[in-house]
Amino acid sequence: MHIDKYEKFFMRVSAVFLGLAIVALVLSVVGHKAALPEPAERIDPELVRSTAPFDEPGLYELDNGDYEAVLVASAWLWDGIDEDFVIPAGSTVHFKVTSVDYIHGMLIPETNINAMVIPGQVTEVEATFHDPGTYTLLCHEYCGAMHHTMGAQFTVE
Amino acid sequence: MTQTLETPTGDEAISADSDTANPVVGASGSRRLPWAEDIPNVSALDMRPIKWQFTLSLVGLALGALMGIMQAMERLNVNLYDKTPLSTYYQGLTIHGVALALVFTFCFANAFLSLTVMKGFQRPLANRGISDLSAMLAWAGVIFASYAMLTNQASVLFTFYAPLKAIPAFYFGAALLVISTWLVLLNMLLTYFAWKRDNPGQHVPLLAFISIISYMMWFIASLGIAVEVLGFLLPWSMGLIDKVDPQFTRTLFWFTGHPIVYFWLMPIYVSWYMMLPKMVGGRVLSDGLTRMVFIAFLLLIPVGVHHQFTDPGIPFSSKTIQWLLTFCIFYPSIITLFSVVSGLEEGAKSRGGKGRLAWMLKLPWGDPAVAGQLLAGLGFMLGGMSGLVNASYTINLVVHNTAFIPGHFHLTVGTAVALSIMAISYWLVPYLTGKEIWSRKLGVVQVFMWFFGVLIFSRGQMHGGLHGMPRRTMINDATYLDQFGSWDLANIMTGIGGTIMFLSAVLFFINIIVTLTRDPDRVQRFIPVAQVRSKLENGSWMWLDDIPRWSAIAFVFSVIIYGEVFYHLLPLNAVSKGLRLW
Repeated sequence: MHIDKYEKFFMRVSAVFLGLAIVALVLSVVGHKAALPEPAERIDPELVRSTAPFDEPGLYELDNGDYEAVLVASAWLWDGIDEDFVIPAGSTVHFKVTSVDYIHGMLIPETNINAMVIPGQVTEVEATFHDPGTYTLLCHEYCGAMHHTMGAQFTVE
Repeated sequence: MTQTLETPTGDEAISADSDTANPVVGASGSRRLPWAEDIPNVSALDMRPIKWQFTLSLVGLALGALMGIMQAMERLNVNLYDKTPLSTYYQGLTIHGVALALVFTFCFANAFLSLTVMKGFQRPLANRGISDLSAMLAWAGVIFASYAMLTNQASVLFTFYAPLKAIPAFYFGAALLVISTWLVLLNMLLTYFAWKRDNPGQHVPLLAFISIISYMMWFIASLGIAVEVLGFLLPWSMGLIDKVDPQFTRTLFWFTGHPIVYFWLMPIYVSWYMMLPKMVGGRVLSDGLTRMVFIAFLLLIPVGVHHQFTDPGIPFSSKTIQWLLTFCIFYPSIITLFSVVSGLEEGAKSRGGKGRLAWMLKLPWGDPAVAGQLLAGLGFMLGGMSGLVNASYTINLVVHNTAFIPGHFHLTVGTAVALSIMAISYWLVPYLTGKEIWSRKLGVVQVFMWFFGVLIFSRGQMHGGLHGMPRRTMINDATYLDQFGSWDLANIMTGIGGTIMFLSAVLFFINIIVTLTRDPDRVQRFIPVAQVRSKLENGSWMWLDDIPRWSAIAFVFSVIIYGEVFYHLLPLNAVSKGLRLW
């Protein structure tokens, strides 16, 4: 089969480009520790409210100075974030989240927090908040008529 | 369009069909069948299901556009939902998604690729009854699903993730629509085997080959959604099973949900590869490479996990494997870019075009069928590049489920596909009806409007997405809107761009409707099919043609790749009864 010589050249250049893109992404994982959510544990959504730690959602300080945020997503609230959710700048927060009803999505703009919250699964993600200010955790997966009201603010001092 | 064609058919189509090539005059010798010169032995009855499918496709486009303008207005803080029978933004969004992503695209594929298979093989499809049944099921499916959606009993968006639970009519309608596509494939395969029997040792005509590969791809891809709907969601909605596993059903959805994109796109690739060069006076660059590009899509079905990079239940291994496979998809598109542009350049230079890039000005931009597809291709370049961003593993964290994603896919399915279908309509409607397009000038204005509209729209959505604006959200009513001043520009551009797209769609429908009121038999009915520059000889590379073997390889490969995913998802975690909160 004949392949045009310019097309051969174009195909080679494209292959090199894709190869470089793959290398760059591997470096983002290996070098910069960018991570995607991984399977943590399974949970029955009907038992979430009575199962630790989700029976008492909220912000907890860990021994090493990091924080753990235990959140329960439901239509259309983030249980665990209230006016007491205040962390010092530079803190790392480990989020532990699950849903009692629909699939929700957790997005904190301007951070690496972007993950699905799926009934039956526990989502674990973490981020370090360097800059002081008000942050918003919003739901980015459609979860019923008032989906657009599902946001919660917290403060980094 | 049809006036500009000198030769009736593509060369390979004629050579493929020496024994049935001359039934131009009917048995009585009195009445010419309108399509007989283009496809021997084809009658109006063979065209009837194609017309019905194509009509339903345009109904989907109209409905989708109507919902689209309401969403665009919402971005400009004008709430039209209060003034219509629609209950919520999300009811409209569901209709928008289903009408455009499923009805418009599927029914167009059903119509268009049935036609290209007939044209490629130079004979009608093997069984007219199957085609009729397919059209009836498509209409029935749309009626069922529309009832569910219009009565606000299925506001689950077109992804219908459990535990969102619609009434059974919605899932039933969706299933009928998918079954209608399977029937089209069945008829294509019957035609394929009949042709093979009559033409041993010959290459399958390129046009027919790539059309059937497209449907074979879709059949294998659709098995995910078929198992999801028939095995879980429909019985769950009917109360036959109590609970489903949201992580698992969602994974089944995305098994289909990515290659569904190919199914939207491949009919357009058929047009870009085989027809667009003909319309500008060029040829198809390479027979073999064209076949390989379509086979690549068939083989690269199992990549859906890249839509689930942020899912908690799917492990690192599945995400990495399918990320790398997703990157492979970029490759056939790269080849397509070169091949199609090469055919365009040849055509433009034969029309007196000169220079490295200036030849583009010599393309027939005054023909809306050409201009629309050229602009659609330009949009697709941007869409493809933004798609590479989405697929990029960790970079996906920046854009996942943000407005960046609709920004991306309004350039791909919303332009590469939708604008191409509108452009193709400018020759297909005359072809099917015999009526001349009312205004070619209006058509050119229309396609340019769509193109500039979508550029503004998508730029706005991408801007918002990069600043954390979620997709699928009634953003102007969001309680957190005041936290994000940077979203204002995104909303304004989305609103203006979407409005221009809507006006463009209105012009399209005006043009088509006025065309339908004109007198028939004003145009010759020829499907434009380009010749091939670099051909395959009969006897060499015959293995490339083996549709059953490629399909088997693709199926086994999909099972292996997704077996790895499902292995991690089993045993099922059926925890959701489902509920309706809309």
